[in-house]
Amino acid sequence: MAAIKEIQEEIIDEFSMFDDWMQRYEYMIDLGKSLPLIDEQYKTDDYIIKGCQSKVWVHADMEDGTIHFTADSDAIITKGIIAILIRAFSGQAPQDIIDADTAFIDEIGLKEHLSPTRANGLVSMIKQLKLYAIAYQTQLN
Amino acid sequence: MAATTSHTTFNVQDIRKDFPILSRQVNGQPLIYFDNAATSQTPQAVIDAIVDYYSNYNANIHRGVHALSQEATDAYEEARIKIQKHFNAAKAHEIILTSGTTHAINLIANGYSALLQKGDEILVSALEHHSNIVPWQMLCERTGAILKVIPMTQSGELDMDAFAKAISTNLKLVFVNHVSNALGTVNPIEHIIAEAHNVGAAVVIDGAQATPHIKPDVQALGADFYVASAHKICGPTGVGILYGKEALLEKLPPYQGGGEMIDQVTFEKTTYAGLPHKFEAGTPNICGGIATGVGLDYMNAIGFDVIAAYEEELLQYATEKLLKIEGLKIYGESSKKTAVISFNVGSIHPYDIGTILDKLGIAVRTGHHCAQPIMDYFKIPGTVRASFSFYNTKEEIDTFVKGVERAVMMLS
Repeated sequence: MAAIKEIQEEIIDEFSMFDDWMQRYEYMIDLGKSLPLIDEQYKTDDYIIKGCQSKVWVHADMEDGTIHFTADSDAIITKGIIAILIRAFSGQAPQDIIDADTAFIDEIGLKEHLSPTRANGLVSMIKQLKLYAIAYQTQLN
Repeated sequence: MAATTSHTTFNVQDIRKDFPILSRQVNGQPLIYFDNAATSQTPQAVIDAIVDYYSNYNANIHRGVHALSQEATDAYEEARIKIQKHFNAAKAHEIILTSGTTHAINLIANGYSALLQKGDEILVSALEHHSNIVPWQMLCERTGAILKVIPMTQSGELDMDAFAKAISTNLKLVFVNHVSNALGTVNPIEHIIAEAHNVGAAVVIDGAQATPHIKPDVQALGADFYVASAHKICGPTGVGILYGKEALLEKLPPYQGGGEMIDQVTFEKTTYAGLPHKFEAGTPNICGGIATGVGLDYMNAIGFDVIAAYEEELLQYATEKLLKIEGLKIYGESSKKTAVISFNVGSIHPYDIGTILDKLGIAVRTGHHCAQPIMDYFKIPGTVRASFSFYNTKEEIDTFVKGVERAVMMLS
């Protein structure tokens, strides 16, 4: 598994091929379609990320010291955003996820989603993924 | 003081020049502002009035002997009279200035704590902004009164048969919006007021969504209370208007204690000031109050008949064009509605459409519009809501419809 930083660079490269926002959004929507989907049994209020206008559910498992995320959303753009995050974080060690920088979101032209007051909080999603990592890290300690 | 612009004949391009914000760009595109039901934009005359106040006569009111205080007091009280005339209230002191519609509703609900008893009934419409339901729920918790709901129909109108059945001698208060914020439905408030009065119940009308389009005559309507927000009628944020019949306002106890609302204070006893000051504790939003009056002057100079007719034209035009989009469904199909279109396209999430429209410089509202019970009724997560104002144009609607089509193409 490549390191988080490398995967992020890969994503930045992919997004840099596009000239305008429309192509970037279309690509993001496509990425949403490849999102590792959450098991239906976890699509409950316990797994929902609060503070989003659309519904986002995230679940995490740990296997051999790395975390694997699955998720879903009822909005396509949100699904694309969570797919990008999961691609960067899934299969990584908890401590690496905790330490990961998320500035790459800005570099792929999704800066507007980074605002903490944005109705569909990318910030809340990042926080939730990191919370899972912290929870699993405490198990390892 | 800032002069108001007068438009003898309605020319939307001239009107647009009065609103500096309308010439800005968003995401590299000219702004198309279709979120007027959330807040209206501000004409230069109102901006000037705010600058003028802070540049020339900023002072605390009602208690200074000096010139500035007198000027500010006069301007503030003049604004109250403008508001009184606009709503055709019988007396200026029947107009209370609050921080917004929500504050005004809480003031009334809190006052009724002292007047209601266990078993009394409060009737609230199903078309309410959900923040408006909470003060009445709290009132019921405090008094033991019972909250009942006037249900809605598939077309987004109130079920008037159910309303008729809910009328009883236990009914003490009815709360209904003049126009629904989520759907734009104009409710038959004259009828509701008349029926409620037959059993001696008082009626509180939330006019926040009606006042941008309709000039309400509170005496002709017979409303006991009528509340509205300045920021939806070309005024500033942070100012609410509460009209109440004098006799009822006299009966309600003060809401907040503080300066301005007192007559005499000793440690043994305080006597309260008369209306409207009894309900205006502390230093009010002086500048905001004055600017509210200027906003009303601005709209009245155009004329509410002219505004309503033009907005109706925009509504018809947009409705017709939008319905040509395959799978588009409009929620709120009353024949009587203001220039608001709440819609979804197929199973596309409203948030997705709103995000794409934002990239195109088009501001709409997405979500449940603080009316979750309505969304639950239609079993949808929310809608995209486009709301028009008299400064919007058909060309903007054309661009918006193309934007929706583009979003649908990307998202399906």
